[in-house]
Amino acid sequence: MATEFHNLQELRHSASLANKVFLQRDYSEGTTCRFQTKFPSELESRIERTLFEDTVKTLNNYYAEAEKMGGQSYLEGCLACATAYLIFLCMETRYEKVLKKIGRYIQEQNEKIYAPRGLLITDPIERGMRVIEISIYEDRGSSGSCSGSSSTSGSSAR
Amino acid sequence: IITRTHRRKWQIFPGRNRFYCNGRVMMARQTGVFYLTLVLIMVTSGLFFAFDCPFLASNLTPAIPVIGGVLFVFVLGMLFRASFSDPGVLPRATPDEAADLERQIDGANGPSGPGYRPPPRIREVVINGQTVKLKYCFTCKIFRPPRASHCSLCDNCVERFDHHCPWVGNCVGKRNYRFFYLFVLSLSFLTVFIFAFVITHVILRSNRTGFLSALKDSPVVVCFFSVWSIMGLSGFHTYLISSNQTTNEDIKGSWSTKRAKDNYNPYSYGNILTNCCAALCGILDNLFISSSSLPFLLFSSFSSISLLPPPSLSFLLHLSPSSSLPSISLPFLLFSPSSSLPCLLSSSSSLPPGAAGSLVVRICRSATEQGS
Repeated sequence: MATEFHNLQELRHSASLANKVFLQRDYSEGTTCRFQTKFPSELESRIERTLFEDTVKTLNNYYAEAEKMGGQSYLEGCLACATAYLIFLCMETRYEKVLKKIGRYIQEQNEKIYAPRGLLITDPIERGMRVIEISIYEDRGSSGSCSGSSSTSGSSAR
Repeated sequence: IITRTHRRKWQIFPGRNRFYCNGRVMMARQTGVFYLTLVLIMVTSGLFFAFDCPFLASNLTPAIPVIGGVLFVFVLGMLFRASFSDPGVLPRATPDEAADLERQIDGANGPSGPGYRPPPRIREVVINGQTVKLKYCFTCKIFRPPRASHCSLCDNCVERFDHHCPWVGNCVGKRNYRFFYLFVLSLSFLTVFIFAFVITHVILRSNRTGFLSALKDSPVVVCFFSVWSIMGLSGFHTYLISSNQTTNEDIKGSWSTKRAKDNYNPYSYGNILTNCCAALCGILDNLFISSSSLPFLLFSSFSSISLLPPPSLSFLLHLSPSSSLPSISLPFLLFSPSSSLPCLLSSSSSLPPGAAGSLVVRICRSATEQGS
């Protein structure tokens, strides 16, 4: 990779935001939360396709697990209704637990895979579950004239 | 994630809402009708507990006030939950997101000259074999997810938009539909309960002390009409839940076979039980806008009350065919016929026929879509 960043802090201090890629929702299976796995062209030079697809597929699986309607969610719903929803004062819903898991997963992916490549994934919950926002950073040391362009031409020639 | 702003999300929220309690409560400028709902429920129940319960508890069973109390608390709890909850507001697109979408749309449509208005932006998606059109919302700058709609009163796109209810003072959408439904259902139980025991009280009293039969007549007739209305509403929503439709979809006839011969609802799970479970016991998801550490306090999206005559719910047309302005009367016109309490409605038989109509108010409204 042309630009090297070793951790998230370094990314923020020494990089400037070049571009953002938005992965939209995939509604072909209804209103359940799923994101499109199409590999965006702006990321072609930044990250391997398999890594990217793995991340998005894992996220989709997590969301499917969170929204799965099974015995546990029904039980939770009935119990909540019987207690006039006061039970949520003490208890966390299964959905919230999975959302936390997703937050941790995204953090871990950012640290291990995306930040070293100058990318940052924003948790979809921050965008109302509409998009997965991937920010593309450029090293500030590289030529500033390419700050708005796509990453293919933005890679610095050192 | 990237930067922490010092201003909370609710402080920069672009919709038409007001916030209280440090962002924990979200209300609109005018909440008059919600307070009216609250007052009416409390006054009716208060009258019941004060004047009928002592008699019934001592002569029948003390379980009556207890059950009534539980129902009353449940009704209020569900009302607050429905009113104060975020109905499923979709946050507006960030400028970057909006620009990205514009680029995609322009790329698809081709470049246009100045003064040329591009065709309405629509994306089509096939869900379960049925083609669904996703419209672009010009206010929120997003393509609305399926079943979402823009509420013109709250100025927000709401997921799984059902309708805007002035009585609850909020939109009814994905996150608070079950509270709304439970509110209406428990309210119908409460009104039937109160109604039945008020009649019992009157009958028992008149057996003993020969009560004036005039007191029996008019309030009870009005109460009967009210109870039917609320029960009708809960029946209608039970039908909607069992077929997994929203009020919005039902009114528009989106999945009706009158539109196209092979039209069907792609969101339905096929059987009634699964549909009910999905609507009532499905996910209760987190809020993007939550700034509170208390997970159960959610945000309301009250709105200014429109005085325009609303389009009615389709079932109302079935129930009241003669009226050009179908409406639902409140179940709150229950008056204890105890002798120590002045009747709020004239108890004489000269009750003008329009009095019931003047007390009848529109209960729910389906907001028109904006931005299409």
